Amino acid sequence: MNVEPGLFHFLVIGAVLFFIGIYGFLTRRNLITMLMSVELILNSVNINFIAFNKYLWPGTLDGAFFTVFIIAIAAAEAAVAIAIIINLFRSHQSINVEVAEEMKY
Amino acid sequence: MNLLWMVGAPLLTGLAIVLAPARYARLIALGGAILQMALVMGLYFSFTHEREVGNVFPLLFEKQYQWFPSLGFSLHIGVDGIAVAMMMLTAFVVVAGVLVSWRMEHMKKEFFFFLTLLAFGAYGFFMSMDLMVMFFFLEVAVIPKYLFISIWGSGNKTYSANKLALMLMGGSALILVGILGLYFSLPPESRTFDMAKLAETGIGFEIQRWVFPLVFVGFGVFTALFPFHTWVPDGHSSAPTAGSMFLAGISMKLGGYGCLRAATYLMPEGAREYANIIIVLASIAIIYGAFATMMQKDLKYINAYSSISHCGFVLLGIGMLTKTAITGAVFQMVSHGLMTALFFAIIGMVYERTHTRLVEQMGGLLKVMPFIITAMFIAGFCSLGLPGLSGFVAEMTVFVGSWETQDVFHRTATVIGAMSIVVTAVYILRAVGQVAMGPLAASGEGVEDARWYERWSVIILIAGILAMGLAPFWLYELVSPGVDVIVNQLAGE
Amino acid sequence: MNTTNIILIPLLPLLSFILLGLGGKRLFGDKAGWIATVAMLISFILACGVAMNYFGDHSDDAYVSKIVFNFPWLHFGNGLQINMGALIDPITSLMLFVVTFISLMVHIFSLAYMKGEDRFHIYYAFLGLFTFSMLGLVISSNLFQIYIFWELVGVSSFLLIGFYYQKTTALAAAKKAFIVTRFADLGFLIGILVLSAQAHTLDFQQLMINLTSTEYASAAGAFMGISALSWGLALVFMGAAGKSAMFPLHIWLPDAMEGPTPVSALIHAATMVVAGVFLVARLYPLYSIADVGVQSLISSVGAFTAVFAAVIACTQTDIKRVLAYSTVSQIGFMMFSLGIMSEDHLGFTASMFHLFTHAIFKALLFLAAGVIIHYVHSNEMQDMGGLSKKMPVTHLVFLLACLAIAGIPPFAGFFSKEEILLNAWNNNRSIFFMALLTSGLTAFYMFRLYFSIFWNKPHHDHDHGHSKKEGSWFELVPLMILGVGTVLAGFVPFGEYVSADGKPHHVNMDLQFSLAPVGIALLGILLAAWMYFKESTKPEKTAAGFGVFYKAAKHKFYIDEIWLGFTKGVLFNLIGRPAAWFDKNVIDTLVKGTGSATQGAAEGIKGMQSGKVQQYGLYFLFGIIIIVSVFLFTQGGR
Repeated sequence: MNVEPGLFHFLVIGAVLFFIGIYGFLTRRNLITMLMSVELILNSVNINFIAFNKYLWPGTLDGAFFTVFIIAIAAAEAAVAIAIIINLFRSHQSINVEVAEEMKY
Repeated sequence: MNLLWMVGAPLLTGLAIVLAPARYARLIALGGAILQMALVMGLYFSFTHEREVGNVFPLLFEKQYQWFPSLGFSLHIGVDGIAVAMMMLTAFVVVAGVLVSWRMEHMKKEFFFFLTLLAFGAYGFFMSMDLMVMFFFLEVAVIPKYLFISIWGSGNKTYSANKLALMLMGGSALILVGILGLYFSLPPESRTFDMAKLAETGIGFEIQRWVFPLVFVGFGVFTALFPFHTWVPDGHSSAPTAGSMFLAGISMKLGGYGCLRAATYLMPEGAREYANIIIVLASIAIIYGAFATMMQKDLKYINAYSSISHCGFVLLGIGMLTKTAITGAVFQMVSHGLMTALFFAIIGMVYERTHTRLVEQMGGLLKVMPFIITAMFIAGFCSLGLPGLSGFVAEMTVFVGSWETQDVFHRTATVIGAMSIVVTAVYILRAVGQVAMGPLAASGEGVEDARWYERWSVIILIAGILAMGLAPFWLYELVSPGVDVIVNQLAGE
Repeated sequence: MNTTNIILIPLLPLLSFILLGLGGKRLFGDKAGWIATVAMLISFILACGVAMNYFGDHSDDAYVSKIVFNFPWLHFGNGLQINMGALIDPITSLMLFVVTFISLMVHIFSLAYMKGEDRFHIYYAFLGLFTFSMLGLVISSNLFQIYIFWELVGVSSFLLIGFYYQKTTALAAAKKAFIVTRFADLGFLIGILVLSAQAHTLDFQQLMINLTSTEYASAAGAFMGISALSWGLALVFMGAAGKSAMFPLHIWLPDAMEGPTPVSALIHAATMVVAGVFLVARLYPLYSIADVGVQSLISSVGAFTAVFAAVIACTQTDIKRVLAYSTVSQIGFMMFSLGIMSEDHLGFTASMFHLFTHAIFKALLFLAAGVIIHYVHSNEMQDMGGLSKKMPVTHLVFLLACLAIAGIPPFAGFFSKEEILLNAWNNNRSIFFMALLTSGLTAFYMFRLYFSIFWNKPHHDHDHGHSKKEGSWFELVPLMILGVGTVLAGFVPFGEYVSADGKPHHVNMDLQFSLAPVGIALLGILLAAWMYFKESTKPEKTAAGFGVFYKAAKHKFYIDEIWLGFTKGVLFNLIGRPAAWFDKNVIDTLVKGTGSATQGAAEGIKGMQSGKVQQYGLYFLFGIIIIVSVFLFTQGGR
């Protein structure tokens, strides 16, 4: 049985990826892993953009543009986040997110 | 005369205080205060001159400068007689306040700067004819009060400062909501903050109905409207001497003036709608403040509570909506400003010498400081409405005006108000009698009488009290056309 | 008539007040008294001139009241205008003379009496302030102006009673006097408001015209079934009763004796306390058209006070207090005489006549008492006795004054009291008998005083060796002048000058009518002589005979205690304390409650700000879900 992949399949993948990302972001204590989860979330969005672009408005490239933007932002974000994580490690000797909780009330 | 000088003078003084070395701060402040007084006197004479030559336009020296055209407000300034009277009051209190603080040592530069800033706010407030600008100046005058109490205050000062700032800010918030609501309920093409225009076009009754209470109560908080008066005793008692003088002498008058100008004048129908409630609250404040004063033991608390009672007359006069009563309210603002500033100045002097403010720890001080205690008698007699002093003129005018409305409700309120003069006599004589007379208390031994700057501060305020008490007609001439405008507005439609 | 002169009469004392008050000791030193006295003398001469001028002007057949000066002082918005004016009519001229005369006597007397006082100049400054206020009061052209000066005399009285400010009793007495009269003034003030709203003016002449015209009378707004006019007049009478120490507002006057004795003579015997009588007399035309209720209020309060105070006076031992109660009693006479209205308005003339004579002999009594007190250094009767030889001049004038107040012909009090009694006899018999009883009591207590001071037991000089002088000439000359006045004042044809309608009023003195009052007065004198001429135990026995009644009278019928209970119990504990408590605990709690509620809410939700990134992420997620679902439910229904 050969099923032509449609919009639905891409959206399912996107949703699965999104919730994996959410799950990872909320449960992992390691900041690197959390960062990776954030990347997953962003990528799930990317998939959705591409899928919508291809299946709903095939004549345009808006979705692709957004995807490229998001990839660029993700890269920048990763750079910033890694920098923060490194600084955190220097000051707290750990990259466990629970250690960094000074910023409260 | 350009009215901008009246805000420019304190602003420049403040700037000079900041830039000059700290030891010159008081000199500059005094110079600035005297300059302001001279300017106000100039304003008064040119104002009366304009009136004499037949200029009957209600607002004189009007000027309009663009400020935030996109937001619809402009620096629209102008004065009528009421504003001139209030500005004269401010000038008197400022000079006296600077003189009283002559020996201020702790952070004196900042102290005199904020004193000047407060004057700046007050002058600006009284001359502005634009709701937003008025609000701006009101806020300028609030901030220094918080700092006065929390930095230079005494006793439970953090608590008092917070309480005062929060309650006054709460009042301000009500005012802001009120004027914004007013602005946006108008049809877009006639939206303006300009009071003259608003009064001319008129505001619909449905709008007045909900905006009036907001604005009135907001300003009422400033002038100790019952039950929003509790900042008064705490704030006054913790503030330094000059702070109390400014607070009671000027700041509480901002509220009364606002109630009159921004609430009653702009929204006459709202005023008529809520007049009875105002009268009830004012009557309660008058008699209840007087009785509460009777039980106080601390001189500053006594004067603060009596301020609640006396400011009740301002609100009673406004609530009565007759010309005489509103004139009386204005008189009472001027009179109470001078009298209470004098009282606080004297309490400060007595405290500085005896190191106590509790009445029962004082006695027989007339012997050791005749000048200060004589002035205290004058302040006390003014407070209890002795003819020849300003309090009498103001209270009588309110009473006569209140009695004009011929029904049992208004007359009962008048009688209640009149009853307070007896209670006032009781508490004033109790306090002043105990402090001044009887055998000399231990706290009063070996103290000196007033120094030169204290003498002048007292003399200036007493001069004001006498000028108003002995010859009230000039103040009436000054204020009357301004009140007419408001009363016409009330009677209109 | 010269306007400047009339204005100067009150202004000269004011000037001396300002000069002495500001210049004080530094400028004038011991000369302070002289400056004030000279100012007062000029004032007195001017007042005599004005009075003679006024009464000498016979061009009309009646004396009309003239406004010689009017200055707009304050407008009220409703067209009501308050003037500072000077109104001259018979009673003004009379009062100008009385006030300046007594004040001058007191000024001269005080030169010696107050000599060496630390605040000598302040004393004269206050005397000046008082005289100014009192003169301003009597020349007032409108009700509001009277109120202004009314308050000013009140405050000068306060200052003078509290002159010895380091004495706690003086402080208490001063406060009491001020507050009690202030309480009465509340009535006066409301009365003014009522009348002004009714008549739309406060000028006396216009007031009479407006309120007596039918137009206004018909518009009279009645309240509780009583016309506004009557309400106003009754309330004004309340003020008058307070100032004139009528029952039950009399309590301040005996205590006011804490002040220096010359002050008692001037303020609390001759001038200020009769201000209430003057006020009622001033508004006499209105009272005469008011409801009968108001008139009988005045007459019954006056008559009751007369008897009541006379009874108390019989039991007091402090000589100044006896004189104070006697003053209260005599003012009661004047008051009820005004209250008894009749066709011929004899009551008015009689009351004013009595005011005039009483001022002279009562001032004399007080000044003489001052000399005596200085001589024996005590106010108490038992420290005196046998002074007749030591103080011949004082003895003589005191006797004259006692005979005058007792109503023995031909001294001043006889004539005036006789007119009052005649009026009462003609119009109100019950009051007549009360007054007759009072006359007897008056004679009794005055001669009790006289015999106790000058006879009774022989005098023991406390400081032997040097014989003390009776008093300096500054003290004795005023006494003599007043003594002459006491003898002659009764022969003034008073009715010719002062009457309700300005027309000369001829009083027919009936010799037979005088028999009863004079007889009862002589009886009182004899009784006093029997009991007090020689030291004996008769007074104690008599007192014991009266039992509880004597005790009650001795304690002034506990009126002071009742008032004290009222102020302490009701004003302070029942109203003041709860008000202060309410403010602190209810209103302030509400305010603080707002603060602490805000703070509590913040405490409650601050835990959400945990600093844990993943928790924030979770909130974020839930937030998104909620927003999206809200969006879907509201907008997604398309």
